Amino acid sequence: MKFLEYKAKEIFARYGIPIPRGAIASRPDGIVDPPLPCMVKAQVLVGGRGKAGGIKPAETLDEARSVAGQILGMDIHGYRVKEVYLEERLDIGRELYLSLTIDRSAREPLLMASAKGGIDIEEVPREQIYMEHIPAVVGIQPYVLRSLLKQLALPKEVGEQFASVVRNAYDLFRKEDAELVEINPLVGTKDGRVVAGDAKLVIDDSAEYRHAEYANLDQDRTPLEQEAHDKGITFIQLEGDIGVIANGAGLTMATLDILSLKGGRGGTFLDLGGTDDPAKVKQAFELLIKANPSVILLNIFGGITKADTVALGVKQALEEMHTKIPVVARIKGVNEAQAKEMLRSIGTYPAETVEEAAELAVKVKSGGA
Amino acid sequence: MIEFGTKVVAGVTPGKGGTMVEGVPVFDSVREAVHRRRANASIIFVPAPYAKDAAIEAIEGGLKLVVIITERIPFHDCLDVMPYARSRGCTVIGPNCPGLASPGQAKMGIMPNQLFKEGDAGVISRSGTLTYEIVNAMTEAGFGQTTCIGIGGDPIIGTSMVDALAMFEKDRKTKRIVVVGEIGGTAEEEAAEFIKRRVTKPVVAYVAGRTAPPGKRMGHAGAIIQGNRGTAESKVKAFAAAGVPVAEYPSEVPRLLGAA
Repeated sequence: MKFLEYKAKEIFARYGIPIPRGAIASRPDGIVDPPLPCMVKAQVLVGGRGKAGGIKPAETLDEARSVAGQILGMDIHGYRVKEVYLEERLDIGRELYLSLTIDRSAREPLLMASAKGGIDIEEVPREQIYMEHIPAVVGIQPYVLRSLLKQLALPKEVGEQFASVVRNAYDLFRKEDAELVEINPLVGTKDGRVVAGDAKLVIDDSAEYRHAEYANLDQDRTPLEQEAHDKGITFIQLEGDIGVIANGAGLTMATLDILSLKGGRGGTFLDLGGTDDPAKVKQAFELLIKANPSVILLNIFGGITKADTVALGVKQALEEMHTKIPVVARIKGVNEAQAKEMLRSIGTYPAETVEEAAELAVKVKSGGA
Repeated sequence: MIEFGTKVVAGVTPGKGGTMVEGVPVFDSVREAVHRRRANASIIFVPAPYAKDAAIEAIEGGLKLVVIITERIPFHDCLDVMPYARSRGCTVIGPNCPGLASPGQAKMGIMPNQLFKEGDAGVISRSGTLTYEIVNAMTEAGFGQTTCIGIGGDPIIGTSMVDALAMFEKDRKTKRIVVVGEIGGTAEEEAAEFIKRRVTKPVVAYVAGRTAPPGKRMGHAGAIIQGNRGTAESKVKAFAAAGVPVAEYPSEVPRLLGAA
């Protein structure tokens, strides 16, 4: 789950991380009492909004409304701006950096901090970034903060506040099941405060069940992807026109790759997973058909989920939906013969291998089969 | 698993102690199962919200090999479990994996039995059904397996690709190794580096997700290109630089094994 800046900041505030005063608005006339002078910031789930013109200053209420009017509805890297956040303009003394992520290789949280904030951390020289793994079972010990502050060489008052932000951010990271907490810049103001200038927060989707309060947040999904998510189906819309459905994430990715090698382009990534429940298979096909592919390419490798029970679900779904979309089916594994017979009986194009199925799908699409 | 030859000595389900399933006694706790039936490994199927509890119980029960099949376990639960397992000398495989199978010996997993054949190839994979596809092609082409390890599709896993490579390098029966990777993370790049320095046996690879768009989780929690990190291109390049042939199609793996 990704969070818009203002939503992330709400959560930051709950954990005692200082944030600037701010107000959210979805219409210019909804702006009543912004903290002036302010920055008007587009709220989108994508980076680089400043460079794209999504962050602008305003001095007065009228100006705030007019600037908000310009930013609302803007398209930033394919994301439409539906809300703006009007935030107290900080008197910036210094810009710092802080993030917590999960290091997959080390299997531990990774703390990164730098006295050089406000720019992409990838552009900061490695020796100017403090990096420390924090074993989850022990958490942040005081020595970590001591060595962090020593390396960053901050004035005492700033350092103390920085340390407190690190502790609180780590607390949030663990308790909220975050994959990413990033504050860039973490602003040291001229009047001596340390405040989160920006806020990036991503929470692990697998932990959604522990955080029901975030279930209805607007996510980075197309309407069909949202529908699939609500039904518990793994479905991603892609650029191409051939609807790919398979069982298992790796196999579905491989099927898309093979299709591309054979000159086709996948329009969907639909992973049936381990299901052979005909009702679920039908739901998956309904979604697929709504995505309006020119051909459907079905690739099933049956194991514990038997090939014939998946085929039965496919048969029922296609029969009930009376779709005209041609289906190329490759089905292998446990009870393969029955599965093939079932799919043949409903007029799908049979294929023995994935390569053959991909070639056939491309041919059927161009009317050559 | 029993059909494959695995000695399943006990089941554990809290509240079901005293019952029998397929002639196997069920206990309320891991400790009882270990004490009464001398179990030395465990396979976990419990739902994600309870998987951390089950894993810690298995580790605390003194088991030295724990396979976690369950998918969608929160990352932070795995951040607790994996280092803890290591500190207790326990090897964890998974989570979000099909388990492991050693044809002719035993299986702790959910892979279909009929795919496998005894042989001299070790298989390491981040995937489930894609592994079946590749193992099936290998078996049909006459390349049997010593062991097939599904290491799992999550970002935080107990046994990494490098860990598994080290085990196969050491195993005297394994003469060749197949690595099935996918987009996301840097496991394949680390594996390639390890192969260059430490692996003497021929390795063949396949990488899924060459056409995957950035920023999207492709079914597996770990299969995501973040910024310019975790692309198939980078992984294929790393393998090539380590002298590991990478199959374009899963069905090419046996041919590359023959040539390797």
